[in-house]
Amino acid sequence: MANKITVGHVHMSGCTGCLVSLADTYEGLFKILDDYADLVYGLTLADVRKIPEMDIALVEGGVCLQDHESVEDIKTTRQKAKIVVALGGCASYGNILRFARGGQQNQPQHESYVPIGELIDVDVMIPGCAPTPQQIRNVVVMAYLLLKGTDDQKALAAKYLKPMMDLAKGSKEACFCDLMYDVINQGLCMGCGSCAAACPVRAITMEFGKPNGQRDLCIKCGACYAQCPRSFLDAALLEQYEPITELIQGAMATK
Amino acid sequence: MANILGNYKQVISARTTDREILRGSQDGGIVTALFAYALENNIIDGAIVAGAGDLPWKPEPIIAQTREELLAARKTKYTLSPNLQLLKEATRSYGLDRIGIVGTPCQMQAVRKAQLYPVGMRDVPDKIALAIGIFCMENFPYQSLVQLVEDHTNQKMEAVKKMEIGKGKFSVYTERGALAQIPLKVTHKYEQPGCHVCLDYVANLGDISTGSVGSPDGWSTVFVRSKQGESVWSKAVAAGWFETKPMDQVKPGLDLVNKLATEKITKNQNYLIARGSYGVGKGLRNPYL
Repeated sequence: MANKITVGHVHMSGCTGCLVSLADTYEGLFKILDDYADLVYGLTLADVRKIPEMDIALVEGGVCLQDHESVEDIKTTRQKAKIVVALGGCASYGNILRFARGGQQNQPQHESYVPIGELIDVDVMIPGCAPTPQQIRNVVVMAYLLLKGTDDQKALAAKYLKPMMDLAKGSKEACFCDLMYDVINQGLCMGCGSCAAACPVRAITMEFGKPNGQRDLCIKCGACYAQCPRSFLDAALLEQYEPITELIQGAMATK
Repeated sequence: MANILGNYKQVISARTTDREILRGSQDGGIVTALFAYALENNIIDGAIVAGAGDLPWKPEPIIAQTREELLAARKTKYTLSPNLQLLKEATRSYGLDRIGIVGTPCQMQAVRKAQLYPVGMRDVPDKIALAIGIFCMENFPYQSLVQLVEDHTNQKMEAVKKMEIGKGKFSVYTERGALAQIPLKVTHKYEQPGCHVCLDYVANLGDISTGSVGSPDGWSTVFVRSKQGESVWSKAVAAGWFETKPMDQVKPGLDLVNKLATEKITKNQNYLIARGSYGVGKGLRNPYL
């Protein structure tokens, strides 16, 4: 299909869990690669050495400041990609890499890791550890519509992606603290439990209907805050959940 | 606020024909009967409902997979039940492929956000089979409820058989037959603060939403909203699970629903505006921007 977009998966310091999550869309991944996107770059997946020009770079992992190749790669990615997506907690917020102190063989001096947003501008964030296959799917479909869809689809995709673009300009903390500062302390929490469900490490429990975060367990993936209905919520968009869901399912339908 | 009652395909007054369910229900037994019907007919594998907690009238979200568990979770508890907490758990530990969930309007918003933005909701979006919203003016923290029941109506929490908000009063019915009431205005200061930014009264984002307002005692007003809601509702009615009356033939009718929805949304919109200039040249966060 001539009208495909080009996508690359850029692997910084990460565990490959984000890539596995992309693959966990199962036949959805084939549908994406068949109809919507050509994978033009990806370690072990595409036989390409140098980061090429592409529409969308999905960047997994944080940048190790002591690894000059990584630093160069993320800068090149920004120069070559129209849209840079921070895929997952590490690229978005640092995630578990925030706790790295070096000392690991065979590069014990590799000890400082930053989310990619500290070195380059990021367009879209997909928080979470790992980001869910369905969230990745939704963003890929919307990104495709943004670049190749009809005017209506472009408008819808822009609205859908806006909160994830805003996240890319927002907090770097990405821990339960965000919920405390921006939701609970602001008098906005109504105790729905979304944050507790979203937390991949079960650091959030609901006590008397309100979230309690065990901050020692928190890995700073950003899922709880992004999942909270009182962090961002476009009511007009949400009202369209039925046609949007059908649109995404239709786009992903295999024969 | 063009659409204060949300999108809906039909609105009716209804109650379940299942006497066993109806006996212990808050109003028309709509939520319990719909889930029981959906369980029996393999539309859902289980439903996230407000079950019994460790203190009287303090709900704990549970995943009901039998009619008995659904029956045990009947009646409105006027305090927080973080039902979304179990949404991912339902697909993981419980292995459900088709989930039912009941919740307040804000919880229905959370369900739809989880479907459109499943940031931390792996495998959840395609597994919501029936989301039932309940009308909600506001909710109370548990300690508020204790204060209202034990201090204001002078009843023991464990002695209460049913609580009800309606006709301008907060009513407490006890096991021994007493009825204690306080004016609703006494309750306002005990409300959960997070409710005051809510712009939805009749759970606009449920597949089906229901509540007592608008219908006669013992009946519920039912909005059928989505395609899935329509499908489940029409099958359940055809199977004889509900008796229904057209909304324009019951008192007090849809006008009251409209009136209360307008009051709530107007009040909260004003509060959202006031939040914007809460300080001096500074405001509080608006979650909808």
